[in-house]
Amino acid sequence: MTEIKPRSSDESERIEELLKAAVPRTADEAEPARDLWPDVLRRMDREPVSVPWFDWALVGGLVALVVAFPSAIPVLLYYL
Amino acid sequence: MPESSKNELDRFRQGDADAFEVIFREHQAAVYRWILRIVRDAGWAEDLTVETFWRIYRAHARFDAARGFEPWARRIATHVALDWLRAQKPESEITPALEATLTAKGAGDPGVQAEIRAKTAEAFTRLPVKLRVAAVLAVVEEQPHKMIAEALGISVTAVKLRVFRALRLLRKDLERQGIRP
Repeated sequence: MTEIKPRSSDESERIEELLKAAVPRTADEAEPARDLWPDVLRRMDREPVSVPWFDWALVGGLVALVVAFPSAIPVLLYYL
Repeated sequence: MPESSKNELDRFRQGDADAFEVIFREHQAAVYRWILRIVRDAGWAEDLTVETFWRIYRAHARFDAARGFEPWARRIATHVALDWLRAQKPESEITPALEATLTAKGAGDPGVQAEIRAKTAEAFTRLPVKLRVAAVLAVVEEQPHKMIAEALGISVTAVKLRVFRALRLLRKDLERQGIRP
């Protein structure tokens, strides 16, 4: 069994030390290697126009109403 | 993170693209660093920073200026990073960049053997994502618990509990591999 030299008396602190040794801390001054603004603009352009689910539900409700009560069509047209 | 002026934030909230660009340029490095701390891969951190700012722009109407831009952006960035981590396969989580860092001469504590460091890093990637993120931010990156709690949308006590559970699972995993911390 591989032994790790204890660095503190507390077991929890030892595992923390081991984790810090295994996973290096990132640099405080780390910055993106390039300007990301053009990518953000492209991402915004790529977003398709989405129709909210409640709009679809409203359309579905209207269609159901028209099918069930065809006589309601003039009333609906009046309010449009 | 720097804090943008109230005027810019008000304009951003109304959907002003120019104000959004100003805010982006002020905060992109800080958001990138926060994501990098979680995903630990520079290339992916850049892509996820773009995704984060896109989500920020999309949610501009829900921005509450009274609560500040920084915690809000950090929270969105954390969700983006968590989504990405959850989508990764466990065997691919040690990226080539991270592997190079781990095996580099002089990386980490020289008192700990490279083999043990590598096994610890592998065991770390096997932890559940939500425990891993709490542990990496609190233990490795030494970020304040309050900030981590806000970013994850949980209490400070919950953050401490996640860190505790992460370290306990890590110790058990290492013991299974014959390493006794």
